[in-house]
Amino acid sequence: MTGKVEVLATGPFATVQDLGRPGLAAVGVGRSGAADRSSLRLANRLVGNPETHAALEVTLGGLRLRVSEAALVAVTGAEVEVRAGRRAAGPNGPLVLRAGEELVLGTATRGLRCYVAIRGGFDVRPVLGARATDTMGGLGPPPLAPGMTLPVGDVVAGQPVVDLAPLARLPEEPVLRVTPGPRLDWFTRTTLSTLVTAVYTVTADLDRVGVRLDGPSLDCARSGELPPEAAVPGALQVPPSGVPILFLADHPVTGGYPVPAVVCEPDLDVAAQLRPGQRVRFALDVTSPTPATSG
Amino acid sequence: MRAVLPYGGSAVLVESQDVLGLQAALAADPPVGVVELVPAARTLLVRFDPAVVEVASLTRLLSSVSTVDVVTGASEAVTVPVRYDGADLVDVAEASGLSVREVVSLHSSASYVVSFCGFAPGFAYLTGLDPALHLPRRSVPRTRVPAGSVAIAGEYSAVYPRASPGGWHLVGTTSVSVWDVERDPPNRLTPGTRVRFEAA
Repeated sequence: MTGKVEVLATGPFATVQDLGRPGLAAVGVGRSGAADRSSLRLANRLVGNPETHAALEVTLGGLRLRVSEAALVAVTGAEVEVRAGRRAAGPNGPLVLRAGEELVLGTATRGLRCYVAIRGGFDVRPVLGARATDTMGGLGPPPLAPGMTLPVGDVVAGQPVVDLAPLARLPEEPVLRVTPGPRLDWFTRTTLSTLVTAVYTVTADLDRVGVRLDGPSLDCARSGELPPEAAVPGALQVPPSGVPILFLADHPVTGGYPVPAVVCEPDLDVAAQLRPGQRVRFALDVTSPTPATSG
Repeated sequence: MRAVLPYGGSAVLVESQDVLGLQAALAADPPVGVVELVPAARTLLVRFDPAVVEVASLTRLLSSVSTVDVVTGASEAVTVPVRYDGADLVDVAEASGLSVREVVSLHSSASYVVSFCGFAPGFAYLTGLDPALHLPRRSVPRTRVPAGSVAIAGEYSAVYPRASPGGWHLVGTTSVSVWDVERDPPNRLTPGTRVRFEAA
């Protein structure tokens, strides 16, 4: 252990996340982990950590931390004002904090979730092999709260190699690519064309489990109930209201509503940055082969 | 031939009359590129690495692979002692046209098999419930069901692994811990496990 971090303020909701607990779905444990996985990986790389280290996922900003010893940190994800000690700083690059200094995040101005990595990683106790907080399954450390102290680890991957990672800005009106889902045939024939031509609005009903969207309803053509079946992140689950819910990192392992379409994995990081009120569109993915349905 | 349905870029959903038999077959002889199997009521989710295997060839394989007989008698049954004191016991008796004593007798005399897990970590869906006790879920779910509650809904019975919201009918409680993250493995009840409830 090489010091500790004191949480002074958390903003609306902040958790410890890593890349989660893959491979345990058969016993009812979802993968969980960072909602925007590429931002977590990048934050780790910027401070010379293995990509799998635990970092902080901060919803809408508002985080304040104090380090007990000199530390190297990086902030990625949503666009946010950053202050390191008394110095104005920026995201997407390594930042030096001296012993006793604070890292302060303002309110995110574009995107929803910021990631804060520290060299050595946040070394909280792992549960079932991961340090991620699974809000659905109730596993891992509790959400961050003021007064909490987080230990910093000492395992690193190498020296930080860049001062700034050049990144495109998050899109104002994202287009998420989709492929047909397993239960598309439960829906009316126009469902897929409705989905890819309509504009949906992100509602305030949004968390790590999923994003409820407002827009044209997707109409189920069957009346029967679907027995529970496993889900994946990116699944668009459609409850009887017809308004799709986009599953994110902490989605239930099994779900009982039919899934007509699935957002492509590379676009899930963008989906995890959707803010309430933002507009989002869907497009049929033409790059990845669609498996032929047989039987 | 069975239906293999697309589910994103790295998974397919396989429909099967014998989900556990299909899972056992794939676990015994894992196809190249398959990384995870997730059984559910009538389907098996097969997650794969698209860099290793093409979905078309995996789909062909999955649609025709033979299931194996899961010898459910092979493993010893887990016995779960139950105090039949559930808050819904009387309602269940009424709804199924039985006496409380008959409900207890039917629930504790059947032999169950874990069909799949889901809903919450360690929550196992047990098949084998007597059809006389098949009831739809409560119309208003409880916001908090205590850990160790033994419950029924539809064709399933289950033990709540920890306190959580829930819409199943509570028939009793057990002191057996079916889920403990400090234990390896954390879950007592995995797909294929046989279970008996014993009135305590």
